[in-house]
Amino acid sequence: MEAEGRVPGPPLPPPSLGGGGGVEADADPPAGAPGAARGPLLAAEVLALDDEEDDLEVFSKDTSLAEVNSFSPSMPISPSSMINQYKFEDEPELRDLFITVDDPESHITAIETCITYRVVTKTSRGEFDSSEYEVRRRYQDFLWLKSKLEEAHPTLIIPPLPEKFIMKGMVERFSDEFIETRRKALHKFLNRIADHPTLTFNEDFKIFLTAQAWELSSHKKQGPGLLSRMGQTVRAVASSVRGGVKNRPEMFTEMNNYMETFSQKINVLDKIAHRIYKEEREYFNEMKEYGPIHTLWSASEEDIADSLKGVASCIDKCCKATEKRMAGLSENLLPILHEYVLYSEILMGVLKRRDQIQGELDSKVDALANKKTEKDLFSEEIGKLEDKVECANNALKADWDRWKQNMQCDMRSTFTNVAENNLRYYEECLAAWESFLASQTVDLHVEEDSEDRP
Amino acid sequence: MLKFVVLSFRAVESQSEGQCAPVDSLWRRYSEFELLRNYLSVTYPHIVVPPLPEKRAEFVWHKLSADNMDPDFVERRRIGLENFLLRVASHPVLCQDKIFYSFLTQEGGWKEMVNETGFQLKADSRLKALNATFRVKNPDKRFTELKHYSDELQSVISHLLRVRARVADRLYGVYKVHGNYGRVFSEWSAIEKEMGDGLQSAGHHMDVYAASIDDILEEEEHYADQLKEYLFYAEALRAVCRKHELMQYDLEMAAQDLTSKKQQCEELATGTVRTFSLKGMTSKLFGQETPEQREAKIKVLEEQIQEGEEQLKSKNLEGRDFVKSAWADIERFKEQKNHDLKEALISYAVMQISMCKKGIQVWTNAKECFSKM
Repeated sequence: MEAEGRVPGPPLPPPSLGGGGGVEADADPPAGAPGAARGPLLAAEVLALDDEEDDLEVFSKDTSLAEVNSFSPSMPISPSSMINQYKFEDEPELRDLFITVDDPESHITAIETCITYRVVTKTSRGEFDSSEYEVRRRYQDFLWLKSKLEEAHPTLIIPPLPEKFIMKGMVERFSDEFIETRRKALHKFLNRIADHPTLTFNEDFKIFLTAQAWELSSHKKQGPGLLSRMGQTVRAVASSVRGGVKNRPEMFTEMNNYMETFSQKINVLDKIAHRIYKEEREYFNEMKEYGPIHTLWSASEEDIADSLKGVASCIDKCCKATEKRMAGLSENLLPILHEYVLYSEILMGVLKRRDQIQGELDSKVDALANKKTEKDLFSEEIGKLEDKVECANNALKADWDRWKQNMQCDMRSTFTNVAENNLRYYEECLAAWESFLASQTVDLHVEEDSEDRP
Repeated sequence: MLKFVVLSFRAVESQSEGQCAPVDSLWRRYSEFELLRNYLSVTYPHIVVPPLPEKRAEFVWHKLSADNMDPDFVERRRIGLENFLLRVASHPVLCQDKIFYSFLTQEGGWKEMVNETGFQLKADSRLKALNATFRVKNPDKRFTELKHYSDELQSVISHLLRVRARVADRLYGVYKVHGNYGRVFSEWSAIEKEMGDGLQSAGHHMDVYAASIDDILEEEEHYADQLKEYLFYAEALRAVCRKHELMQYDLEMAAQDLTSKKQQCEELATGTVRTFSLKGMTSKLFGQETPEQREAKIKVLEEQIQEGEEQLKSKNLEGRDFVKSAWADIERFKEQKNHDLKEALISYAVMQISMCKKGIQVWTNAKECFSKM
């Protein structure tokens, strides 16, 4: 199993992919194999991972680099990372896990109607028995995967899933539009996991991608049962009541403050974007009627019929351009903003869970302070809890940095795309009106010439 | 009550005869403009008289005030009234009118002067009954077509203005919502280190974008006003057709009346009753009238017939003159309309181009800011 990362330094020839065996790495500066770029991995993470991944190595936490993932080609920050970036883009085959979600189908049974999606995986990784998989999954399966990942990595940022229902009433439940929006979000969800340095190697993830329907069902039934899961939740709630805030490192308080503001702002942005979409749609609806009136008018005119038809044609072109602009919004800005609204909730949750883990340690420490005896027993337990806290903190810190880089990338590219959309819209409209104007002034010149002739 | 300052036009002074000392400016109320126009319509029925701007704001989109006292509306009305006077002043026939000249030059007593012309008596009250139909047996095809055209023009322009107002409303909404970005970006930039500058400056450009719509739509109102003028011109055009229709109707009635009188005369002279008449029946029942009585009747009828024939002759002449001069003015109007509307459409295109260019500039700037985030 190898861990890959993007780090500065001279690029090394790529090691063999998919094979077993770890990659030796220096402490500083680490050499990274250009590959599916993910953030750096940390020793602490080893505890949370399965046995197979014991020989993961640690790279230094150089988080100044922008991340390259499947959705946001980033702006390189340092010249050497630029080299790495181009190398990555030149050799797409270095990415070793490709996932698509498509082909929604409804299955009607005696009990219910449910929608399944086709999940296609292509991979060159050794731990996969085959290089191609095709399975069908329903929304519940995705929910299961997400909860398994949260369980395994309580302080990692698990990507958001599209919501169960859309209350807003903009889209009818299970309409084609709803299903397509959900499909795209599910596709994104799986790819975000695939790009995550830790989550990509998660066993449940692998099973999700590869198991046949019956295999998945039987696997789901294993593992901690519902009651024990509920027990965990109860303990978690209880410990959250107790604290974890008191001894919270400054860094995480900052993160909390940041997330509170970010969450507010992203929600407002989401509303603004929807409102803009709505206004553009209403504008489009009126424009549809506006053009044809000029054509109607031209029918009762002679001299100005051509001018009127010209105006009608311009308005129709602008109308089509508006439609494209709207499509751009709904394909790009709206889903991204929505995803980050969900992300903000996830991040608040992750910060809380970290606090809970801290809370467990704090309460044990407080308990020890009161009991002078049984120190030895407690100290081992406390030692374990201290490790747990350190792991959680490190995992979160690294993932937080990675998330921030991605967020910056995503926002930059999304809003740039919005600007480009608008530019394209105005350029199309400009071209239409300018060519109309040219045709009119040509006519004027022709008229003037004909007047000059005796 | 609002009054308007009217400035005298040198061009008009040199054309018309008036001896009064030119007054540089005086006050006129909207109702005086209306009186002037009524006078001109009645006095020159064959002319397509320029219309006044609307009395009440119509075809408003929501941000535009429907309040007559709103300063923007008042200003646009002022421009409209100025335009009206310019139209009259540049009309080959109307500019010669003395009442018009006095309107521009004589402050006091103008109203009385107009009323003294007695033009109200000439006004045909039937013209006010817009929907009444007069069955004309031999309608002039050209006028019928023209009337249809004026109806179509009125209908299509009012439809266009209504939709344009709705489009303006929606466009306003799109631009203004973008203004919300500015504040949010600014607040967001406060918690970001690397993205902060890009967000902040992009937000500023969004504010510029949102603000730009106000000027754009104000300019478009002038375009709407140009179309409105021709909406009202359509009415003036129809009025001319109506007048002709009534003239034709009167002519036909007069001709009909003359024919029946001639027939009566003939019957009395020859003693044959071709048409049923109550008198004829009563005279049959109660005895024939004396030859003297019959002679008297015939004489009266012959007088009436002569009168009628003269009237018919003059009516025919009047009709022909009307048709000739009306068509001259209609041709003039058509050329003016084609020229003005074409120019208006071109100016609309120019406005759209300017709006697009502004949009391109703002979004180019915004794109640069975003790409630096």
